[in-house]
Amino acid sequence: MTIIENNKDHANQILHRIYHRTSHAWRIGITGPPGAGKSTLVERLAIDFVKHNKTVGIVCIDPTSPFSGGAILGDRVRMSSLFLDPKIFIRSMATRGSLGGVARATNEVCDLLDAFHKDIIIIETIGVGQVELDVAGIANTTIVVLVPEAGDSIQTMKAGLMEIGDIFVVNKSDREGADRLTMEIESVLEMKNSQRTPPVLKTVATEGKGITDLYNCIMEHQKYLVSSGDFTKQKREKITSEIVELIDSKIKSNLWQNKKINSNLTLLVEKVIKGQQTPYHASEKLIKIWKNSRGVSR
Amino acid sequence: MNKKLRILVAKPGLDGHDRGAKVVARALRDAGFEVIYTGLHQTPEMIVTAAIQEDVDAIGLSILSGAHMTLFPNVLKLLKKQKATDILLFGGGIIPDEDKKVLYKSGIGKLFGPGTPTSEIVEYLKKYFKTE
Ligand SMILES: Nc1nc2c(ncn2[C@@H]2O[C@H](COP(=O)(O)OP(=O)(O)O)[C@@H](O)[C@H]2O)c(=O)[nH]1
Ligand SMILES: [Mg+2]
Repeated sequence: MTIIENNKDHANQILHRIYHRTSHAWRIGITGPPGAGKSTLVERLAIDFVKHNKTVGIVCIDPTSPFSGGAILGDRVRMSSLFLDPKIFIRSMATRGSLGGVARATNEVCDLLDAFHKDIIIIETIGVGQVELDVAGIANTTIVVLVPEAGDSIQTMKAGLMEIGDIFVVNKSDREGADRLTMEIESVLEMKNSQRTPPVLKTVATEGKGITDLYNCIMEHQKYLVSSGDFTKQKREKITSEIVELIDSKIKSNLWQNKKINSNLTLLVEKVIKGQQTPYHASEKLIKIWKNSRGVSR
Repeated sequence: MNKKLRILVAKPGLDGHDRGAKVVARALRDAGFEVIYTGLHQTPEMIVTAAIQEDVDAIGLSILSGAHMTLFPNVLKLLKKQKATDILLFGGGIIPDEDKKVLYKSGIGKLFGPGTPTSEIVEYLKKYFKTE
């Protein structure tokens, strides 16, 4: 996993070799604002899955500080009861700044866990920025966790978050406002015209309340995906974007490792400064140079 | 390649608060490390299992309970058992000099007293991983 996070070329070789073993696990994404109780829910869910004789991999993603490049990965604090269970493997990851890259490395770590025969993989991400939308792309079931305090902000909440959820959880429903929030979410979801309206559940993660319901909803969603054919559709979309992303990054690194491109870039920049060139024409020219240097013609 | 150093910070033993450990965790983050913070009341087994799953480069233990002469050796013993002695084990707490001598001899990394400026810990780790 460390190799996969650190070195793309080695990673691709490893992943190529294990790929045939990676379509076994069901992947569950859990997202929501910081402090909503995601880690606590993950702990409870994992215990439930183990009770049902499943092995569980957990990937927790926390943001990298844009200033130092460091990160505090603190989700394990709420999961200490899982540490010694041989059926459970927990891995913490930092976003490391790259937006689309988060999904790539996460997906690959999930592939590894899958190849290690985990039945269930739970991915916890903070529901901020682009990350959670990316993660929805790699999970089979996406759970959005909200808390009553977020009550009156549902209007202003990003549309994206409401669209990616296959299941909605109102956690901390021991607090005031849980019923109101549940109703608000339901009314937003009603406006969507899709075949399946996502269920909205109330939980108290710290007391383990509502976890069985959540477990059942996940199972129900899994059945629905498979029987409706959406599962195949999901898979097709995922493989397509995997291939596209691999090509994108190969082309990019090939392009910028080309010495001719880099030396011409420096020259062209000077020309633009002198008013002899525009960035638009310069970029066309560079692409032409790249194509010629690789013997590719249009 | 963007190798990031990963450090597990834990507070084993039964005593109360983890303020010190958190201060160190934040300082390490601000110095560019990825810190896996596991919280209070960890047993040596939990610490070593977590360290292996997370593939960390070092483990930092904060021990104020006076149990350093059992906790450090136990973690070290488990690391040996798992063939994971490439992981640096260091720590902090109120540790008398004669105990420190014994622990250093057994292969434990630097032990910092309470109130050590966090910059000293950061310097130590940076040096350790560069010159290794
Ligand atoms: N009152 C209440 N507190 C909760 C509940 N679930 C989690 N918490 C607390 O909320 C805080 C944040 O939980 P955590 O799982 O770390 O949230 P995360 O940031 O979303 O992963 C912790 O102090 C939990 O004990 C709940 O259902 N009710
Ligand atoms: Mg969390």
